[in-house]
Amino acid sequence: MPGLSGRMSTVIKAKISKLLDRAEDPAETLEYSYQKQIELLQNVKKGIADVVTSKKRLQLQETKLREQVVKLDTQARQALAQGQEDLARTALERKNVAQTELQSLDSQIAQLAQQQEQLTASEQKLRAKIEQFRSRKEVIKAQYSAAEAQVRISEAATGVGEEMADVGLAMQRALDKTENMKARADAVQELEAAGTFQDLTQLGAGEDDIDRQLRQLSSSSEVESELAKMKAELGTGSGTAGELGAGAPAGEPAGAEQRAGPSQGQAS
Amino acid sequence: MIVRIATEGQYELGEGDAAALQELDNQAVAACESGDEAQFKQTFKQLLEFVRQNGRPVPEDTLEPSDVILPPPDVSLKEAKAEFSGEGLIPG
Repeated sequence: MPGLSGRMSTVIKAKISKLLDRAEDPAETLEYSYQKQIELLQNVKKGIADVVTSKKRLQLQETKLREQVVKLDTQARQALAQGQEDLARTALERKNVAQTELQSLDSQIAQLAQQQEQLTASEQKLRAKIEQFRSRKEVIKAQYSAAEAQVRISEAATGVGEEMADVGLAMQRALDKTENMKARADAVQELEAAGTFQDLTQLGAGEDDIDRQLRQLSSSSEVESELAKMKAELGTGSGTAGELGAGAPAGEPAGAEQRAGPSQGQAS
Repeated sequence: MIVRIATEGQYELGEGDAAALQELDNQAVAACESGDEAQFKQTFKQLLEFVRQNGRPVPEDTLEPSDVILPPPDVSLKEAKAEFSGEGLIPG
């Protein structure tokens, strides 16, 4: 078949014959091939361990982010209760970023779990084939003449070689995905280390670069509606809401007052 | 006829399935060459489904090599193109 499948088959067969060409006599081919299989099996185990480690790391990050979300929510409430609406807004913006990050972490963890499952299945298949190869190897060594052995070894080695190429491919793909996620996890950690999710009391007066980035990242309408909801929950009655609205005539657009109005009405 | 879906496993198909498989393979190749990602994904998925539905999984302790090998289910259009250009999916 000349198509996609044909290309894959040709490439894999070429790799297998390259592997077999290295050894000269049949017995040597058998041992060499078997040794390669065992090596690959060890590598697959390491690969699985790598995926598990990355998954655990992401899960740890997820836990930390969940704590941040709760903390930022509390901080927003406290700020709002004290009438510091700007601070509350900043906290909510950060919460928004953390939540977005959480969602992507969730899907990454699910992907890694799937990779782990797939690699484990591949490992089992390879193990079964290696075991089969091992027993056939003993039979070939004991029963066949050199010429016959050559043919049978080639058959068995091709079968197991294909499985080896396949598990190698599965592992490479899993590790590529893991690498991408590691890079992303590092980026999140840097963001965290740079103070993004730190205690808001440490913010001080000036806005830093990260704050501005955060503002761009987070959807402001989401923040505004959450702020309005929070105001309603805090039971700042219609009078207080009026004061808040009236108290910020300089920077606040008229829309903010209008938005705050209806949601107060819905809550009560 | 033994067909392997890379990273998934081997399936045993009847000789009568070869023509249909070939046709689906050609469609996937055509979609790949046209560069239409959605079209490629769809035809390639049909090809995989055909093998899974019509094939019987080969027992794990069988050492039979495959007659044809299909790229892994999560193959991208870019990877499939590289496969044609000769780089291949299999490293080193």
